[in-house]
Amino acid sequence: MSDVPEFLIRFWPILLQGAGVTLLLTVQGLAAGLVLGMITALGRVYGGKTWRGLAIGYVELFRGTPLLVQLFLIYYGLPGLGITLSREWSAFLALGLNSGAYQAEYLRGSILAIGNGQMMAGRAIGMSKWQTIREIIVPQALRLAIPAWANEPVSLLKSTAVVFLIAVPELMAQGKIIAARTYNPIGAYMSVAVIYMFMVFVLDYGLKFLERYVRIPGFEMEARKA
Amino acid sequence: MLSNFLSYIFQGISITIAVTLVALPAGLVLGLGLALVNTYGGVWLKRLSALYSLLMRGVPPVVLLFILYFILSGNLVNLTPFWAGSVSLGVISSAYQMEILRGALLSISGGQMVAARAIGMSRLQAIQHIILPQALRIAIPPWSNEASIVLKDSSLVYALGVPEILRRAQQLSATTQQPLLAFGAAALIYFVLVFFVNRGLDVLAKKTRLPTQHA
Amino acid sequence: MDSPILQAKNLTKIYGQNVIFQDISLDVYRGETIVIIGPSGTGKSTLLRCMNLLTPIDSGKIFLNGKEITARDANEDKVRQQIGMVFQNFLLFNHLTAFDNVMIGLSKVKKMPKAQAREKALYELNRVGLSDRADHYPGQLSGGQLQRVGIARALAMDPSVMLFDEPTSALDPELIGEVLGVMETLSREHMTMLVVTHEMGFAREVANRIVFMEKGSIVEQGAPDDLFYRPQHERTREFLWKITELYGKKEEKS
Repeated sequence: MSDVPEFLIRFWPILLQGAGVTLLLTVQGLAAGLVLGMITALGRVYGGKTWRGLAIGYVELFRGTPLLVQLFLIYYGLPGLGITLSREWSAFLALGLNSGAYQAEYLRGSILAIGNGQMMAGRAIGMSKWQTIREIIVPQALRLAIPAWANEPVSLLKSTAVVFLIAVPELMAQGKIIAARTYNPIGAYMSVAVIYMFMVFVLDYGLKFLERYVRIPGFEMEARKA
Repeated sequence: MLSNFLSYIFQGISITIAVTLVALPAGLVLGLGLALVNTYGGVWLKRLSALYSLLMRGVPPVVLLFILYFILSGNLVNLTPFWAGSVSLGVISSAYQMEILRGALLSISGGQMVAARAIGMSRLQAIQHIILPQALRIAIPPWSNEASIVLKDSSLVYALGVPEILRRAQQLSATTQQPLLAFGAAALIYFVLVFFVNRGLDVLAKKTRLPTQHA
Repeated sequence: MDSPILQAKNLTKIYGQNVIFQDISLDVYRGETIVIIGPSGTGKSTLLRCMNLLTPIDSGKIFLNGKEITARDANEDKVRQQIGMVFQNFLLFNHLTAFDNVMIGLSKVKKMPKAQAREKALYELNRVGLSDRADHYPGQLSGGQLQRVGIARALAMDPSVMLFDEPTSALDPELIGEVLGVMETLSREHMTMLVVTHEMGFAREVANRIVFMEKGSIVEQGAPDDLFYRPQHERTREFLWKITELYGKKEEKS
């Protein structure tokens, strides 16, 4: 444990590099997951039978299996179908698909909380269903989902650590390199843990700040449930 | 072909289940102790348990798993990869279970404690007979979520060489050159396991639900 | 009369800068029903909570059967077994049926054998007229029924004194009667009772003694007739006048 400061100083270039990859994976996965999640949530609430079935299948499948298995299926399995992806693309795809399934549930919750009234009001002023979804439902759903959704970035950031198992050079992978080089795995992984902790706290703090910043008084999930 | 794959990987199921069955109760016992200390303990116990939760939940499970694994299979303690991995997963889960139970304990109104004390119960008796039975019921749905997370996280001990489902799938994929089928079969098995864990705990939640308690 | 069963001597309670009550002394004798009245926020409920040590006092002493219960070495849990308490908001144990609410103190605190505890619990439920609701959970009972279970739960411990903290003020008007009825019966059976309430009808008809509290001190006490018709203090008169304005008219109409 006492080696942590020494390791942080000695290996800061590769640790910083790793942290950068970790952050990049998080941001990419989050963005992909948001788009996927929103489409899935809308499909599940407003779609026909096929859309609903697809949405449910996707969410259940990706929430019901370990991320690591999804990652291996994509990286090692997809070439069997003639789709060969690099390590980075595999990691991106697995994290995006995985996060999308979770984000879909947060967004679905907030879409349901908006209720039928907004859709009716939109249609009543002559908007099409799609227009109402785009102009009325989605902006509200995004806003309402923030408190629940705010857990996802931290959760995804922590999830990215497993992609070192397909040798993506993110933070945990650097930890492994340091462990091998110093024969001190505990010190190496502790150093990595400290950096993760720092990133998690900063992210968490930032999101709490954002949450307060974008809050519209009286427009919250709790207020609507009552 | 798939059936051959399934039957080989099936032998890993017992290990996956065993890892989960060690980690989950270990995390529950530790988490419950921490939650009680955090809710009813003195100022310092509160701070210490809160710090534990914050630190543990601020680090990816796989990183913690590696740290704990190397501690538990070192010179001081020397556990097999199975035990080191399972216990580590339990310790990791304890912080999350602590938060679930803490929330449930806090959701029981203070009046329940007052009423229990008023008929002569000690603090400990009140916690045991009045607060905990109510809090544990409330905690079942979020706890069931944690149970499936631990089950899924048990795949991480793959990295320690424990021959559970994923490790077996990987061996199979190497020997047969059929990674899609091998990992597909593994995914299917996990999916079914997670499904049954969730259903099982739903049944438990329904059975223990009070007639007037909302879902 | 013999020596008091419950005796408060110079009690003072302070929250931060707020003096809740100051220098309160009160003797409660066996079989007596004392009703404490007074404006809201004058420390009546806090006084009751202090009496069975749920809230610590800042100075003064409390004696139960001649023994000081505020002493350092007194066993609070033992004390509370001897002083029953009924709460304004019932505070039934939400995860237990009416029957188990009454029984849990017997089996877990008094360690009574199961069969005996069961019999006793049923007897107490019957006493408040709820033996047919034994297996109902709190969420399935009306307010009046909840409070009667609350009374049965306290009675089951065979307390030497019962404290009632505004037992009817959380109830709909049509449910108040059933609770007051149970309390009146208890009083007639010579249970020792200390009641905080705004029910002036109950105070007048059932109480042996009425204590008027205002701004954290006892202004005046005496027999109901004396206090209601010949109050000695201007403040007592004012309070009674106001409360009959408020509640009296409703009583006459119904």
